[in-house]
Amino acid sequence: MNAIETSGLVKVFGDTRAVDGVDLTVPAGTVYGLLGPNGAGKTTTVKMLATLLRPDDGEARIFGHDVRADPNAVRRLVSLTGQYASVDEDLTGTENLLLLGRLIGHPRARARDRAAQLLSAFGLTEAAGKQVKHYSGGMRRRLDIAASILNTPKLLFLDEPTTGLDPRSRNQVWDIVRAVVAHGTTVLLTTQYLDEADQLASRIAVIDHGRVIAEGTKGELKASVGVGSVHLRLRDADQRPAARDLLAHVLDAEVSLDADPVALTARLSGRAAEQAAEALARLSREGITVDNFSLGQPSLDEVFLALTDKQKEAAA
Amino acid sequence: MTVTEDIEALAAPDTNNLTEVLLDDDQPTRPSALSASLTFGWRAVLKIRHVPEQLFDVTAFPIMMILMFTYLFGGALAGSPGEYLQYLLPGITVTSVVMITMYTGVAVNTDIAKGVFDRFRTLPIWRPAPMVGYILGDLLRYVLASIVIMVVGLVLGFRPGGGFVGVVLGVALLVAFSFAFSWVWTMFGLLMRNEKSVMGVSMFVLMPLTFLSNVYVNPETMPGWLQAFVDVNPITLLVRSVRALMAGEFDASATTWTLVYGVVFTVVFGTLTMRLYNRK
Repeated sequence: MNAIETSGLVKVFGDTRAVDGVDLTVPAGTVYGLLGPNGAGKTTTVKMLATLLRPDDGEARIFGHDVRADPNAVRRLVSLTGQYASVDEDLTGTENLLLLGRLIGHPRARARDRAAQLLSAFGLTEAAGKQVKHYSGGMRRRLDIAASILNTPKLLFLDEPTTGLDPRSRNQVWDIVRAVVAHGTTVLLTTQYLDEADQLASRIAVIDHGRVIAEGTKGELKASVGVGSVHLRLRDADQRPAARDLLAHVLDAEVSLDADPVALTARLSGRAAEQAAEALARLSREGITVDNFSLGQPSLDEVFLALTDKQKEAAA
Repeated sequence: MTVTEDIEALAAPDTNNLTEVLLDDDQPTRPSALSASLTFGWRAVLKIRHVPEQLFDVTAFPIMMILMFTYLFGGALAGSPGEYLQYLLPGITVTSVVMITMYTGVAVNTDIAKGVFDRFRTLPIWRPAPMVGYILGDLLRYVLASIVIMVVGLVLGFRPGGGFVGVVLGVALLVAFSFAFSWVWTMFGLLMRNEKSVMGVSMFVLMPLTFLSNVYVNPETMPGWLQAFVDVNPITLLVRSVRALMAGEFDASATTWTLVYGVVFTVVFGTLTMRLYNRK
């Protein structure tokens, strides 16, 4: 059975169609990534699926339960970790988990055990008695996720779980997500970061202006936007126009000038490493000194540019 | 800042441990409406415990009100502050407690601004429970404010004819009415964009409601059109009932109307609150 099925989901705020006909199919037991920039409609989509917002049109089913017709059945199966930590800042970590444990229906003693257990598993035992407002961003996010799995949900919504976190905290959150999924929970993850979707998700939908503009496995998506790109830093800014022309010719690719006056980026299409090596050799033969270069996967910007270009072409 | 860093240094999630936690999972039964509401009430009490300064408005503010009005108007209105206090105290108790009800709206609004509200709304619990919880927590504040005012009143020379029982009955009626009246604020808490506008609307409603009543002066000296309003003002009816109870009497008509108002507030604004809550 699919964890999530939506068809033609729409949410309108005033004149803005925040979500404009989203179709998603998320198989149970997987991590599904919803990738898009700020304001693309990710959070609105998640809120509709978590019964926080009523869809204006279309259908959404969570494990077969319609979010509009049977919200309580949906609420029993899902948990949401919002973009801004959904915990009470005035209470301590323990109190937050106790509160939610009691609300789920645990007896007092069991709620207490469960809170202690989760705090320890999330490395928050030391901070358990402190008010959440004194927590760091990473700790707050971990407490938030702990609160979401007090009663292991069948479907967990993680709305930008690592936005604003330092790399170590981000890795910790990723480890937690992997453990939760290994346990059989389906995760719908929204993110602005391609590498996060890359790390965690098995399928990804790219969303922009309230629409899904691409959907597939990671491999499929990457293939659709090219292999990646090569970033170069030259020693001399004056040589940049020459370098651009040369790269455009050798790689037969689009070359863009970065904000940094000595840097430029070329998108690669075929065998990335070979192409990049050849380009570097040609540059050095022409007397253009390259201080630094890196081969990168397509950045989120590039994925978007490529995907939205394709859309425009299709429309034309 | 250093505190945070110290904790952070020790903290790291343990995923092996986490797997065990996930396996140790049982499906609890959905809590009853009462249990869920009481849990939210407990949350309100915890907040008071962590931020006791917020009790300032239920302690210092009423004391200031009594002292100001007793000594400012007492001599002019009733011959002496002591005389006036006998008339004023039940009314000022009502005013002070009814004024604090607006903080229910502020609390609702503050929670919405933070993500915690969304979590409550995704829980499979009795829907009104969070709202009832706010108000339950506030009942504690109402009782506290009433006690403070009574103690200060007694010290200043208030001598209620109804004795201890009369005072307790009066306060009980006041607290019951305030519970009903709080639903007005939960509605505004959900409706307004921010805390400031909630406060603004609250003052706009509360100032005329408490002043255009029989709290401070006998309405007989007011012009007819104003008396017409004062007579049907729920605060007037509540004050009449509380005054009677504290004096050891019983004003059947005022008490009945007070209770009718209470039921109407709860039904109308409770319904509107829940409609907004479900839609938000």
